[in-house]
Amino acid sequence: MFLKKLATAVVVTSIASGAWAGCAFENGTELKTLTAGFDSWKAVTSAMAECGNVTSTLDQDFKDVQADAFAANPSLYQIGGVNNSAFSILVNAGTIRPLDDLVAKYGSHLKPSQLIKVNGQTMAIAMQVNNQHLMYREDVFKELRIPEPKTHADMVAAAAKIAKYTSLSVAATPIGGTYAAGWNLGEEFVNNYLGNGGEFFGEGNAPSINNATGVATLNTMKDLAAYMDPEYLVSESTYVQQQFQQGKIAMATLWATRAAAMDNAEESTVVGKVKMASAPMGSTRAAATNWWDGVVLAANMTDEQADAAFRVVMEGIDTEMVLANNDAAVWLVDGYVAGSAAQGALDTATNGAAPYPSSLAGMGAMHSALGNGVGAFLTGEKDAATALADIEAAYIIAATESGLM
Amino acid sequence: MNQKTFFAFIGPSVLMMVLFIALPLATVLKQSFYINQPIYETLEVETCTPTFTGQVCSVDLKTVPVIGENGKVLKKNEFVGLLNYQNVIEYPRVIAAFADKSWRQFMTIDFWKALRFTLSFTLITLPLVLLFGLLIALCINNAAKSIRGPVIFVSLLPMIITPVIGALSIRWLFIGDGILTSFLEWWFAKDIAMFAQAWTIEFMMMMYRVWHVAPFAAIVFYAGLQTVNQDTVESAIIDGANRWEKLRYVLLPHLMPLIVFVTLIHLMDSYRVFEEVVGFSSQAYVISLQWLTYDFLMVDQSGNRSISRASASAMLTMIGIVLLLIPVLKGVWRDYKDKRL
Repeated sequence: MFLKKLATAVVVTSIASGAWAGCAFENGTELKTLTAGFDSWKAVTSAMAECGNVTSTLDQDFKDVQADAFAANPSLYQIGGVNNSAFSILVNAGTIRPLDDLVAKYGSHLKPSQLIKVNGQTMAIAMQVNNQHLMYREDVFKELRIPEPKTHADMVAAAAKIAKYTSLSVAATPIGGTYAAGWNLGEEFVNNYLGNGGEFFGEGNAPSINNATGVATLNTMKDLAAYMDPEYLVSESTYVQQQFQQGKIAMATLWATRAAAMDNAEESTVVGKVKMASAPMGSTRAAATNWWDGVVLAANMTDEQADAAFRVVMEGIDTEMVLANNDAAVWLVDGYVAGSAAQGALDTATNGAAPYPSSLAGMGAMHSALGNGVGAFLTGEKDAATALADIEAAYIIAATESGLM
Repeated sequence: MNQKTFFAFIGPSVLMMVLFIALPLATVLKQSFYINQPIYETLEVETCTPTFTGQVCSVDLKTVPVIGENGKVLKKNEFVGLLNYQNVIEYPRVIAAFADKSWRQFMTIDFWKALRFTLSFTLITLPLVLLFGLLIALCINNAAKSIRGPVIFVSLLPMIITPVIGALSIRWLFIGDGILTSFLEWWFAKDIAMFAQAWTIEFMMMMYRVWHVAPFAAIVFYAGLQTVNQDTVESAIIDGANRWEKLRYVLLPHLMPLIVFVTLIHLMDSYRVFEEVVGFSSQAYVISLQWLTYDFLMVDQSGNRSISRASASAMLTMIGIVLLLIPVLKGVWRDYKDKRL
């Protein structure tokens, strides 16, 4: 976690006033933004910066600091980028402001689906949807006459076949996975467990993952891991993206926001060779979770600041930005045309991928317990039932401490 | 110096120490006996969110924290005695593991797993740091005067690097097809994955720490070597002492107080091993006590932190350091008393 913060180079862009060529107005209010660091946020924050006086912090671990930064009075950031999970935290803490009046004033062009509402009040403006889906090397699969994998079992079978052709650069580690212990590993379990139709909680936030579905999920993950780089427990999204770009892996379930990077000729050696497809099916639905990303404004700032901030946000997520960065995400903004890069994400949604259950109060503690606990099963330290029992035990301690149980 | 002047001199630093060391410590101690949690209520909440196919609104029963009149989440602080310590140590699981006579099972409990690594890390690196520190110091001391400056400079370089950055550098040298891993693979003509099992990670961590800290020990020892009584050295040589005997009977006794000093500092520092775990993101294989505290403190996906358990774990770390230092301090005290007599 902490590491990513350092390694993902906290990109800070500060553009002096006057550089507002791409912006409809000249912003005179000092504004600060805190968002995640993937490509679409780079696009949005640089479009905001064109208005002048905007300083952006892009940090993949933004959620570690966001709640506290927004709770300060005045808030340390005026504009926040959130996903559905980070949004729940801020709504629960009451540190973001309702946007209805500002939407009426400056946001009449927004699509209704962009307005995130809680009890009728608009609390965030969504800009994109995101999920994880299968990416695979179409050239390799065609050459070896392997059909497109539909399930995890297909992926394992395909990997077994690819591994036999040792002359291929992808043969040593046909599968990639965001299995880095911590948040990533927890997310992988959540995806697969939901794909298998699992429920995380019973009555009163009590955990309910130690069951046949949980065991099946763990076994699937271990089967896939057998074909991954043995260092998979330290591999996060950027690492998997690079494995793809450097031609080291043939398939992986990866975030839709990483799709465009496969065809980025500056970094990638596999331009045009990576096909996007639906996330593999679990026993009930596609094994992935749907997320959305959007913008919130801090409650603790003056109305004048909020006014300027909202106008800057509107510039950041306008059609002009989308036209210039069409493939960086599955945008919700007017003007977006779904291209081939988005096909996997859309197919995954069609195959019934569940939304990430961020509204469940215990999910945070559960996600952390999973992220810390699944590794012990994958390394062989514990068997599946013990690992799940220990994860439940860790969850119960955390949930009791935070008052949920 | 009269008493008044004495207190005027040390007053400010005592105040600072109370303010920045004693008080925070006392609050952590207090927090470790309390649980601080938001007050929750269950409400019907209507939320409208975007999906791939359009907006979806739903009304759900949600557990949400209560927000007070000042706009902050209402929290309660409750005395729970030793519960937090119990939750960190997890002694029922310890008893179960002992009943099964299973070391493996014992090592799956976070605290004990972390303690095992922290202790072995501390106790294995200590002699290595002292040994390499002494070797470097002797090398510098024996180097020709003309090159001594550059030699000191080069040998101090590892110490200048920020620990996290150093750990990250090691990670990048070895992870995946990092240059050093590629070199090792070429050398041994087989596939090597340094980050795929615990022992290689622990080995790298210890090597890194020794590389990083030995220069500190070296510079302290080098300073000590400057004050060796040359007459004693010369008479030892005249008496026919060889290099080893000179070191054993003249230099080492002279350096003893400094060796104790470096030992104390190193025990305190390495018991708090943390940068290596974070830098290598080794949490699936290797964790340390300090990392455990950090992990409790990190916000989870729902915005909660386990501050109470973090406090308990921090207190346990402190107790651990004190226990480790006692034997060394006892020795120092004995020497001190002997000298006074």
